[in-house]
Amino acid sequence: MRKYVPKDNVQKKAYYTDRFHVVPRVPREEVIDTHFEAVVFNLGEYVKDAYIEIGQLVVHIEATKNFSVLKLLKEQCGYLQCSEQSAVDYLAKDGEFELFWQLLNVNEAKRVRVVCRLANGAAIESIEPLFKSANFAEREMFDMFGIKVNNHPFLKRILMPDDWEGHPLLKTYPLFGDEFASWYEVDKIFGKEYRDIIGPENRDPAKVDRHDTKRFSRVGYEVPFGADISEGETERKIEYSETVLVNYNKKASKTLDERR
Amino acid sequence: MQVANKLSPFFENLNFERDDNTMVINFGPQHPSAHGQLRLVLELDGEQVVKAYPDIGYLHRGIEKMAENMTYNEFLPTTDRLDYIASTSNNYAYSLAVEKLLGIEAPRRAQVIRTMLLELNRIISHLFFVATHALDVGAMSVFLYAFREREFAMDLMEDYCGARLTHSAVRIGGVPLDLPQNWLENAAAFCDKIDYEVEHTYGALLNENRIWKMRLEDVGVISAEDALSWGCTGVMLRGSGVKWDIRKEEPYELYSELDFDIPTSDRCDSYGRFRMYMEEMKQSTRIIRQLIPMYKDTEPQLMAHAPQYISATKEEIMTQNYALMQHFVLVTQGMRPPKGEVYVPTESPKGELGFYIKSEGEPYAYRLKCRAPSFFHTGLLQKLLVGTYIADVVTIIGTTNIVFGEVDR
Repeated sequence: MRKYVPKDNVQKKAYYTDRFHVVPRVPREEVIDTHFEAVVFNLGEYVKDAYIEIGQLVVHIEATKNFSVLKLLKEQCGYLQCSEQSAVDYLAKDGEFELFWQLLNVNEAKRVRVVCRLANGAAIESIEPLFKSANFAEREMFDMFGIKVNNHPFLKRILMPDDWEGHPLLKTYPLFGDEFASWYEVDKIFGKEYRDIIGPENRDPAKVDRHDTKRFSRVGYEVPFGADISEGETERKIEYSETVLVNYNKKASKTLDERR
Repeated sequence: MQVANKLSPFFENLNFERDDNTMVINFGPQHPSAHGQLRLVLELDGEQVVKAYPDIGYLHRGIEKMAENMTYNEFLPTTDRLDYIASTSNNYAYSLAVEKLLGIEAPRRAQVIRTMLLELNRIISHLFFVATHALDVGAMSVFLYAFREREFAMDLMEDYCGARLTHSAVRIGGVPLDLPQNWLENAAAFCDKIDYEVEHTYGALLNENRIWKMRLEDVGVISAEDALSWGCTGVMLRGSGVKWDIRKEEPYELYSELDFDIPTSDRCDSYGRFRMYMEEMKQSTRIIRQLIPMYKDTEPQLMAHAPQYISATKEEIMTQNYALMQHFVLVTQGMRPPKGEVYVPTESPKGELGFYIKSEGEPYAYRLKCRAPSFFHTGLLQKLLVGTYIADVVTIIGTTNIVFGEVDR
């Protein structure tokens, strides 16, 4: 029976799994009696959960309260820089995204990570009025995950082309791209009707053909030694590229029968 | 209204026909001063920039996506391609993030070597900055001199790891190799050379150069508040008077034991930043000089001892069965770090380079986010360029010191 491959997460999975292996967790420390106690106190009831993980405070909040929390952190606690913000795709497991904002307090050299869960299809409030760095970061998040951001001044794709379909960092998006991605250049330059004329064998310079011995055809598709890779087909002869100088496929046209 | 077809594409300066007479021009992505692949759409009123829109993504290779499909050790050489001017700092930032996740620490000798390589990479990157920035502004000869010394620095890197550009000179848990013979002597000689050249060649050519000062002074001014808000780090932030260097404030490796200064400038302009790059090179040589005697007092161990995550030494693998088995498992399956998330910032030559890693206990990272300083510095351009003149645009792009490998990732 063929192994079941889940469709909601097409990223690479571990080949070997051990049923009895218990994954340990990075230790989480209590916030009490640390520098961060004041921060958690200031945030008050916004805090759903707070702990210290590898030297940084992690605060879990409601997705709707993100603007107020970050405003409090900026104005009351001195976290003046938002170093980074992005999302983690948990759609397959929980049907949600996990969003995080990584904040920095320059005066006290402390970092806080604000984390929230956002349902699929819901929008998050932009923090661009507080931290201008969010301008690009939120655009990237929208581009990569399709998470909509309310009140962003210019929410538009940033790394991918404007007419791209799909959001590349979703777990459902395959590493080598989907159907749309593989035909993108052909569709754009020649038009969709040219898909048949050009054909799948010519559209993608990175395409792997197992009969093609000129490129590294079996890298990443290794099979056990001696396995049958023909899949019922008869093996084709190896084709060599025709060069100007030598034509390997043709027999030498003229043979001299005697030495001049 | 124009009709665009394949033979006559859009004429982009539509606005030029309007009464208020602004002109839209495309700067890049093939412009030699676009530092790679920056496309900048500028709206000009006469020669003044009214609106700037940086368009990025021309070098997007999906490195964060690749990280989710590669084991932790497999991904390491990919990080070379982020900031390809100073690859070791990317390797290091990534390795440090994974090490923090695993809870291991590199042995002392590896730390000395890493710190030396990081500072050497800082010099390589800063020399590149001085060279290209001067070339952008129009001072041709500095380019030649700075690249001459940069070659020497890359020779040192080549001596150590065999590569000149994409080093992969750091591994998760330590470094792969010990220093070759005479490397320390060569490094010391190189430090003397750099100190001399910074003072007597680049400094003499540029520091008080009338044209250079006219082109750089009061160009690209950004206040401390704006710099923080726009996510500026590194020299861009220190150039606005904020004394923030991760090496000092959140020390990693041996930086807490080393004696060095953090140059800051409250000029907030390109000239101040240029002077800081020059000063930082001197500080880097100062750090390397302090590290040279430290190397001699270390044990020869190069990789951390953590059999669950890190392969044993070659000698042990070849002599001990369990080391070999463990190595086989680590190579074929990859290490499985504990569940958890970590964000580790490091001070790369461009600014704060941080890796956020979310691990679910699998050999593949569940999510890896690379916080690249140049990405935010590119975003800053839409504020910094407004109101400046077209002749200063190249200077301002140069002063942000962006590298498109890490902007687009």
